Amino acid sequence: MNPVNYLYLAALLFTIGAAGVLIRRNAIIVFMCVELMLNACNLAFVTFSRMHGNLDGQIIAFFTMVVAAAEVVVGLAIIVTMFRSRHSASVDDANLMKL
Amino acid sequence: MENLIGLLVAVPLLGAAILLTGGRRLDRIGHWLGTILAAVSFGIGAVLFFDMLGKSGEDRAMYSHLFSWVPVGGFQADIGFQLDQLSMTFVLLISGVGTLIHIYSIGYMEHDERRRRFFGYLNLFVAAMLLLVIADNYFLLYVGWEGVGLASYLLIGFWQNKPSAATAAKKAFLVNRVGDVGLSIAIMLMFTTFGTFSFQPVLAHAGDASEGKLTAIGLMLLLAACGKSAQVPLQSWLGDAMEGPTPVSALIHAATMVTAGVYLITRSGAIFNGAPDAQVAVVTVGAVTLLFGAIVGCAKDDIKKALAGSTMSQIGYMIMAAGLGPIGYVFAIMHLVTHGFFKAGLFLGAGSVMHGMNDEVDMRKYGGLRTYMPVTFITFGLGYLAIIGFPGLSGFFSKDKIIEAAFAKGGTEGWILGGAALLGAAITAFYMTRVMLMTFFGEKRWEADAEGHEPHPHESPKSMTIPMIVLAFGSVFAGGLFSLNSSFLKWLEPVTGHEEGHSPLSATTVTAGTMVVLVIGVALAWLMYGRRAVPAVAPRGSLLTRAARRDLLQDDFNHVVLVRGGEHLTRSLVYLDHSLVDGAVNGTAAGVGGLSGRMRKLQNGYVRSYAVSMLGGTAVLIAATLLMRAV
Repeated sequence: MNPVNYLYLAALLFTIGAAGVLIRRNAIIVFMCVELMLNACNLAFVTFSRMHGNLDGQIIAFFTMVVAAAEVVVGLAIIVTMFRSRHSASVDDANLMKL
Repeated sequence: MENLIGLLVAVPLLGAAILLTGGRRLDRIGHWLGTILAAVSFGIGAVLFFDMLGKSGEDRAMYSHLFSWVPVGGFQADIGFQLDQLSMTFVLLISGVGTLIHIYSIGYMEHDERRRRFFGYLNLFVAAMLLLVIADNYFLLYVGWEGVGLASYLLIGFWQNKPSAATAAKKAFLVNRVGDVGLSIAIMLMFTTFGTFSFQPVLAHAGDASEGKLTAIGLMLLLAACGKSAQVPLQSWLGDAMEGPTPVSALIHAATMVTAGVYLITRSGAIFNGAPDAQVAVVTVGAVTLLFGAIVGCAKDDIKKALAGSTMSQIGYMIMAAGLGPIGYVFAIMHLVTHGFFKAGLFLGAGSVMHGMNDEVDMRKYGGLRTYMPVTFITFGLGYLAIIGFPGLSGFFSKDKIIEAAFAKGGTEGWILGGAALLGAAITAFYMTRVMLMTFFGEKRWEADAEGHEPHPHESPKSMTIPMIVLAFGSVFAGGLFSLNSSFLKWLEPVTGHEEGHSPLSATTVTAGTMVVLVIGVALAWLMYGRRAVPAVAPRGSLLTRAARRDLLQDDFNHVVLVRGGEHLTRSLVYLDHSLVDGAVNGTAAGVGGLSGRMRKLQNGYVRSYAVSMLGGTAVLIAATLLMRAV
């Protein structure tokens, strides 16, 4: 199968993720969309690795997963804390820093 | 001997310091102290004079360097004195006439409780004027110049409780400032041109400078002279300065202050010799002023103001003579000295009349005073004969020489100047005869004032009459003495230089012409004021008379052109400031404020908006990178 198709899929997934980040208000959904974008990148990395025949892309994909796992821990903790204090997970409600 | 030069200034200056800081303890002896110190200064001057006479013409100048005042790199200002024949003439005139006026003031200011202070100011005036004439550089001369301005301000406004006196003092000071600016600019120009402002190097190298620079320096010096010597266009302060006590007027008009301008121009002769255009300006100013002052003098009923117009006119003669160049310098100074005698005498006489008439100054309220004040009448009369140029008296010799020199200028210019000088002589004869007739002849016209005090004219005390008698002697004999063997000419020639003019008219013709206009002037005055009774209330008069009563509209001119013009200028500047400068500042502020108000709306606090901008930015960057690659 032509590996370019994987790239199309990665672009599609990234676009879905980006659109989700931009238009959804629920922090959990936004968070999930971010994950989707990260994984779209991973897919693109792996595909390029395959196309160019070296392992750099695969290694970076592993790095991304590790960093994403750490980010999920911190991000979910923030969202849970926010929900506890404000009884809402909407990103628009978090506007304390706004003038 | 050289060490004595500094004392000339130091002695009266010490007097001023003691009298002004000594307090009431000195009230009883203050006037004596001031007079004695002025006399000591005159004595030192006399000693130096006789010492100078013992030397030959070229070696007579004495120099005394005290210390370096401002030694900064190439800029060198020294406290040093130069006493040559020109300075010596002034020293004797200033300290001599000054001393006589001090003596006179003892009597004149007897009932003034601030007499001690008055003498302190008089000493300061004399000291400043002496410093002005014995300085050996323009920088130190400027110090004396300003000192004279300060002292005149203090003395004109001596009766400061009178608003008119306070205003007159301010006016004199301000008008003088205009001239002072001219002097300071001239000194700066000298420094940039010659690298120094000491008399000797500047005057020795004046020929090396370009004519343009010399003309600029000359015009600035002329502006300075106009201020101090009350020449058109800076003449307006002199008439109002009559608000001061009469001895002050005598001092300002005869010995100090107004003579400073003539001194400055004569001293800077080398500069003017190299700048014919500046000389034309000088003679024009002189000729205009001599007619201006004479016309004003004809219309004034206030005896002091009539004499003030006369001073302006006579100084005009001197400035004109000084502007004629080497043919005129000596005669300018000679007229200055003789004028110093008779004008001081006339003012002291006027003061004596006022003293006897309850300080009345209106000549229409005098009349027939010759029998009541014989000494004043005779001394004033001799001064009068001297100023109109009666043959044999001082004014005759000095004024005649100036008129001759004016004709000797040659060409159309010579005829115009000579004609103006002759016309001035006729008007002088007219207005002085008018003063004489209205004051001392005719019927008595005084009456009781509003409170019922009728004046009792009486002769003044000895302290006042003796100086008048001494000055009358000067008025009579000085001119003849100076002309004997051309002694004054020989005395001054080594300093100022002299050339014989080539007049188209012979000396006899000029003298005869002067006599004719003199007789016409006197006769006209007699017809108008001697044969007919003088009305006690001034008649309406012709247009010219009314204009002359208002000083030929000088104040109106200043008001319309300078005051109104200045107001309009400042108003438009304020408007420009508000609209342009403030407008730019406020506009910028408002623009920045409005713009930032709009920019603020971008910061809406929604995370997704920021994410959009980040995404958009990234997309733009990637697109740009790809585009660059493609190209």
